[in-house]
Amino acid sequence: MTVTTDSVRSALEQTPEPDKVESHLHPAGSFDVADHEVPTGREEIWRFTPLKRLKGLHADAEFMRSATSCTWNTPAGVRVEGVSGDEARALRGISGLVPNTRWAARVLAEVPASLLVDVPAETEVAEPIVVDLDGTDVSVTEAGHVALRFGAHSKAIVVLNHTGSSTIAAVVEIAVGDGADVTVVSIQDWADDAVHLSHHQARVGRDASYKHAAISFGGDLVRMDANVTYDGPGGSAELLGLYFADAGQHIEHRIFADHTAPRTKSHAVYKGALQGEKAHTVWVGNVLIRKVAEGIETYEENRNLVLTDGCQADSIPNLEIETGEIEGAGHASATARFDDNQLFYLQSRGVSEQEAQRLVVHGFFNDLIRQVGVPSIEQRLLSTVEAELAKNVLKDVGSLAAFGQDAR
Amino acid sequence: MSKLVITDLHASVETEDGPKEILKGVTLTINEGETHAIMGPNGSGKSTLAYSIAGHPKYTITSGSVTLDGQDILGLSVDERARAGLFLAMQYPVEVPGVSVANFLRTAKTAIDGEAPKLRTWVKDVNSALEALNLDSSFSQRSVNEGFSGGEKKRHEIAQLDLLDPKVAVLDETDSGLDIDALKIVSEGVNRFREREGKGVLLITHYTRILRYIEPDFVHVFVDGRVAESGGKELADQLEAEGYDKYLKAPAAR
Repeated sequence: MTVTTDSVRSALEQTPEPDKVESHLHPAGSFDVADHEVPTGREEIWRFTPLKRLKGLHADAEFMRSATSCTWNTPAGVRVEGVSGDEARALRGISGLVPNTRWAARVLAEVPASLLVDVPAETEVAEPIVVDLDGTDVSVTEAGHVALRFGAHSKAIVVLNHTGSSTIAAVVEIAVGDGADVTVVSIQDWADDAVHLSHHQARVGRDASYKHAAISFGGDLVRMDANVTYDGPGGSAELLGLYFADAGQHIEHRIFADHTAPRTKSHAVYKGALQGEKAHTVWVGNVLIRKVAEGIETYEENRNLVLTDGCQADSIPNLEIETGEIEGAGHASATARFDDNQLFYLQSRGVSEQEAQRLVVHGFFNDLIRQVGVPSIEQRLLSTVEAELAKNVLKDVGSLAAFGQDAR
Repeated sequence: MSKLVITDLHASVETEDGPKEILKGVTLTINEGETHAIMGPNGSGKSTLAYSIAGHPKYTITSGSVTLDGQDILGLSVDERARAGLFLAMQYPVEVPGVSVANFLRTAKTAIDGEAPKLRTWVKDVNSALEALNLDSSFSQRSVNEGFSGGEKKRHEIAQLDLLDPKVAVLDETDSGLDIDALKIVSEGVNRFREREGKGVLLITHYTRILRYIEPDFVHVFVDGRVAESGGKELADQLEAEGYDKYLKAPAAR
């Protein structure tokens, strides 16, 4: 039996295109904008998104001259720069992305330039490469293309840091070379009126490790699709997410771990907190285990903590399995209010109800923040969580000096 | 001073069939320096008594009073009761993921004292409290009760008792699920607390075993939501020999 399985596997590995899977979760892709109709909101991939608030980004809004400033640091050995013309065109699709939305197809076809972060093979960069995107005019509808290319056996961290007010559609393509060890963090710390539609597509090389962290605090509407495919066996993807939605905010995170190669791994943990009237979060976790993807492991988890009345958290794990020859596959989803027993325990030690709530929320996010593993942004994330809590849960309490000073 | 006075306490819990009375008139006085053991069969309401004193929202006090040094504590929130000097060591301590023991202990100490503890002495105090309970110092970096063994949870409760230094400690089945070594360690911790000036202890237990290590001044038999009989420590010996049958049969014979 082993012999049969192996021969099937090698036959499949030689097929240039992975086996095709028909699924309403994954509409067929195309680079041709004309192949994509303007979504109506009834499509599976759009049904949670309030299209009206996208200012036409999903349809045919003009991609205007950018009003979002873009600055970065350039650690030694790395190339970071805006490229255009043929060089920009050559970067379209480096992640294997074939757009399955009209807007992403438009970005690839219409945006004249790309921001390229190029980490050569076998280059190890300790200092995070931080790209700051700061929006100045929310009335300007714009689009961007970012290409993150990590050579074989390279090691680097890229942080995309979004602040200010923008209305922006962005495609981020990530090519992770064989054996590379890569972390990509995207922080959405927008002003209240920002609209941000983004698609992060990664192709993970053989035996490579890819960590993606999506962190969303600000913005009127933030939707991110973070997708992964594998370019060879042994690749591993860790998809992390942390979000905090306030009154009126729509924060939507979708992941798609497409196991296109054997013995690959995906592990997703998304955690969110919601507070205030009409705070809405969406998490859709898609995992597809293709026939070729024998011996894979996948686990995805979404937890939401509802802090006040009037919020809505949607959480939908989808696991499609085309082969039974896997190591493990699982998912978990939980949406809950504060646990009375936790609060009672903390309060019975003299801690006030609000301080107890703060401890529980920090605790809820702490492990995740540590998993992101970028020390320079850890403290910032902790204080952003604190600032979010101050809006609601803790609005009547002063700062608790004891928190966040753990000697680790 | 530390005097806990429970007078004709009635408490009920909400069930599908409406409120169910669990405590049916508990009267008990714990003077300073005294250790009282409450013993009773399963389902007699021992834990409800502990939780009601501490203020768990699940239980509704329907009548009666509880005072600590003359102050009515039933009108206080859970945390106010703790700050007034009450401590409950729980039978099932609750996991708080992502919150380290160190952070938890410091936050609690700060809340109880109304000011942050002095950093230099505090770290030493925490380490020696943990050490005294056979918990090594790496323990303080773990998340509160998460992945703790049964024994670690109980030892952690007693480390808190040491550090938070309340007036009155209610120990709810602290002995349950402990092997003999852990039981000794936990008992020694409780005894160190009792040696301090004027501390009161209400020790709730199902078994007489722990009373070999923590010698009570008074023993109360708790049956069907009230104290059925009170006596000295000889009452525990009697329970050891005869069990609770005598008390359980009594209502049926009525």
